[in-house]
Amino acid sequence: MNIHFGSIRYQYIGLLFFVIFLFLIGFFIKNDYYLNVFVLIGIQAIAVLGLSLLMGYAGQVSLGHAAFYGLGAYASGILTIHYGLNPYLAMFCGMAISALMALIVGLPALRLKGHYLAMATLGFGIIINICFKEMASLTGGPSGLVGIPMLKFLNFTFDTSISYFCLVWSIFIILMVLSLHLVNSPFGRAFRALGSHEAAAQAMGVNTHIAKLIVFIISAVYASLAGSLYAHFVTFISPASFGFICSIKMVTMVAIGGMGTLWGALLGTSILVSLPEFLTVFSDYDVLVYGLILIIVMIFMPEGIVQASIKIFRNFKYKETNG
Amino acid sequence: MGGGLLALINLRREKIALMGQILQFLFSGLTNGAVYAVIALGFTIIYNATDVINFAQGEFVMLGAMVMYTFVHFLSWPIPVAFFATIICVSVIGILVEFFTIRPAKNADIISLIIITIGVSIFLRGVAMMIWGKDPVAIPPFTGSTPIVFMGAAIDPQIIWVLVITLIAMIFTQWFFKYTIWGKAMRACAVNKKAAKLVGIKVERLVSLSFALSAGISAAAGAVIAPITFASYDMGTMLGLKGFCAAVLGGLGSGVGSILGGFILGILEAFGAGYISSSYKDAFAFLILLIVLFLKPQGLLGQGEVDKL
Amino acid sequence: MRSYVYRVGLFLFIFLCLIVFSGINSFAQDKEPYKIGALFSITGRTSFIGEPEKNTALMIVKEINAHGGINGHPLKLIMYDTEGQEQNAVAKISRLILRDHVLAIIGPSLTGTTMAVITFAQRYHIPLISCAAGVAITHPTKYWVFKVPQTDEMAVRKIYQDLDRRGLKRVAIITVSVAFGRSGRKQLLRLAPEYGIKIVADETFGPKDFDMTPQLTRMKATHPQAVICWGTNPGPAVVAKNMKQLDFNVPLYMSHGVASERFIQLAGKAAEGVILPAGKILVADQLPNSDPQKKVLLSYIKDYKAHYGTVPPCFGGHAYDALYMLKMALEKVGPDRAKIRDYLENIKGFVGIDGIFNMSPTDHNGLTEKAFVMVQVRHGRFVLYHY
Repeated sequence: MNIHFGSIRYQYIGLLFFVIFLFLIGFFIKNDYYLNVFVLIGIQAIAVLGLSLLMGYAGQVSLGHAAFYGLGAYASGILTIHYGLNPYLAMFCGMAISALMALIVGLPALRLKGHYLAMATLGFGIIINICFKEMASLTGGPSGLVGIPMLKFLNFTFDTSISYFCLVWSIFIILMVLSLHLVNSPFGRAFRALGSHEAAAQAMGVNTHIAKLIVFIISAVYASLAGSLYAHFVTFISPASFGFICSIKMVTMVAIGGMGTLWGALLGTSILVSLPEFLTVFSDYDVLVYGLILIIVMIFMPEGIVQASIKIFRNFKYKETNG
Repeated sequence: MGGGLLALINLRREKIALMGQILQFLFSGLTNGAVYAVIALGFTIIYNATDVINFAQGEFVMLGAMVMYTFVHFLSWPIPVAFFATIICVSVIGILVEFFTIRPAKNADIISLIIITIGVSIFLRGVAMMIWGKDPVAIPPFTGSTPIVFMGAAIDPQIIWVLVITLIAMIFTQWFFKYTIWGKAMRACAVNKKAAKLVGIKVERLVSLSFALSAGISAAAGAVIAPITFASYDMGTMLGLKGFCAAVLGGLGSGVGSILGGFILGILEAFGAGYISSSYKDAFAFLILLIVLFLKPQGLLGQGEVDKL
Repeated sequence: MRSYVYRVGLFLFIFLCLIVFSGINSFAQDKEPYKIGALFSITGRTSFIGEPEKNTALMIVKEINAHGGINGHPLKLIMYDTEGQEQNAVAKISRLILRDHVLAIIGPSLTGTTMAVITFAQRYHIPLISCAAGVAITHPTKYWVFKVPQTDEMAVRKIYQDLDRRGLKRVAIITVSVAFGRSGRKQLLRLAPEYGIKIVADETFGPKDFDMTPQLTRMKATHPQAVICWGTNPGPAVVAKNMKQLDFNVPLYMSHGVASERFIQLAGKAAEGVILPAGKILVADQLPNSDPQKKVLLSYIKDYKAHYGTVPPCFGGHAYDALYMLKMALEKVGPDRAKIRDYLENIKGFVGIDGIFNMSPTDHNGLTEKAFVMVQVRHGRFVLYHY
């Protein structure tokens, strides 16, 4: 996996452009429906950002990440509805629970390499999803949890699309900055080393087991936060949203965007979340199209669209300068 | 004295009822176990030939069921004819899948390959949905549906077919690997691909063959179990995943292990559903998967190394 | 490399443009046509419920428009498929309200999907006429939410009344774990003491399960005098088949969720003798001529058959009632969501397919258990068993 890193200064410039871009969207799009699509992109992007840290920079695969996403959502839902807990406290609880679960699953599972970890997270994801479906007195069962309260801050309720848009993307930007710093820190360099070549990393004295575990936990916490935001946005959650397909979609978003870049996560998410909106004519066939996209992208652009674009651009530039 | 006799008779009746219940669960477990065993076998065959975990394995089972339905319901072919035609048809699909998706990926890394097979699984499911719709379809049982009452348990005759056919599939596979030249060549491939190439073995053809074989036996399992369950475009996902659990339980790469893993998984699941909780039935398979991965990742009979770092 | 960041920005910008452009097309506000939204489970496991509802809705809209629309305004039906899944219903209702700007919504088809979208109807102040059976939809009453089908409470009462008549007291129940089943189970447990019924076994099954022999084996051991199964196809068909396989021969009652030909198709011979409550439409021709609904029922059946070549399944009637009530509302008060809601709340004596409706501020369903009749499957057909 050829990982490309940009210097942090350029990343900040890119981030600035992106924030301006977000302002434009928020300002010009008045239709709530489309704003909602962007909100959903933002929420998913937070979860996928975490996953891309795991998959791209630490080279591990998780096929059950929807479980953490769901744990955050259900923690928020259950604690606020059944126990009247403050939503922010509930969100924090969700993140704590996810971190704990990630620790429990990660400690033994991260000893293994390659496809065995994928299977462990797969099994974990499915078990958690079944629990969502079966613990009906707590989760509302297959029919889901209705009436999750909206987020409030002092006297202000986040009940409009535009307010949630601002909230979600602000959180995303903050997490993006955090992630960029993480990746460029000495610790980050350690787990980049993991991604490149684990044995060499170990030889250099990097404690790979702990490093992998920490990344796994971080990615779980990101997903949990995203899940909580989702719960308070749609005010309705059901187990069907947090199953195997959801995990696969998240993996696809990372893979399509490009496993080696954080921006790739954002791109992959934008494409895949907005795709159903374009495919409304073929709403039944979106399954088919998904599968096709997966296959084609992984065969021809295994490093993701961003990297592939860079390559194309580089080749183009090279040809230009060399006549 | 009379009361004591009555109590004894009641005890005996209860024992028979209990026996019947246990037998009921046992047969249920064996039936599902047989299907898991065949799917696990399919995983192992492909894994041995290519190191790839084929996530689309469950879809081959689904295709077996749906294609069988088409032949029996729309073309009105007699069941034996439809059955063999189904196997051939799905084997061909298996070859096509390998040709168009695995071969082009060449030296892609594990993550990419896994994602590709997942993509294939999703794609096949989408195609099935387009062709056959979303409704479950019913296929007539091979020899009628009057239950055979055996020691207090009622056994659907189709179950006998499932056991017979899956057993034949397993025996065929073992014979194939032990006694035919292709089978031996595939075993050579599994041990060392480069060496096999050096000896003149055409690895690419064998890879195709492995997919064909794997798809074929899965299709047979799908066709024979469909009359018991209702066949639908999404029946493959769970079956495939559970079959994988069985393969890991038995040891990926071990044929006998896969079969053993399948039956053990099926029986554990049936008794778990019967005595512990029927709503968490699906979770048992994955719980077992996690336990195996954490305690003995090679599985019961696996010999390969599982890299630990 | 700066360039790739620009590239990413470019990609996103292109997407933004695409989305905005597809949005500009749907700028049509509440102009000439009256827009009504519909959410049905047209495909998926419960397509046998949503499909007849869709057909009925299309048929009626066509007929209304052929007769000049409503006060000259054409009626436009915007219909989406929920596939019977809650999160789809939520996504689609959001689309109906925010993008398509409909005046009112009929559907969804299922209890689960309805419960999921109720908060949206309430939040966005839009009248919703559900086509689902769960009693929780209208108990407690929600300001903007109505429903047309008979409730499962009425269905349970009908069943218990029959058991009482036959002197059967020990009953085992097996219910599906989704909303419809849970709602039914709640009513079954709640009303049992009222009729002197003792529930000796209480099992559940998942909506995708294809083997209920473990649960039934356990139930058989408790020696019930009758079994009540509560679910929608294909689960109950499997239960019926499994019971025959296990040689478990006691009277089998089902819910109105299987009041369709499909159940008989799926269960085959195992359906014989099953008793269930059903809307009158299932046995319309067997009703006495004095029945006030008979004329409307037969006319609907005739129209549906002329359009689609088959007899309409029970469920189609829900769409019929919902649409006609909306039509009446629009005719009287015009395109105003609040006024439509007020009109719906005060409908009295409307002779529909599901029954004769008498709505009120405290009753947004408007029916009693008289809307049900008891039917039995005999020789592969539904036969009127008890009026």
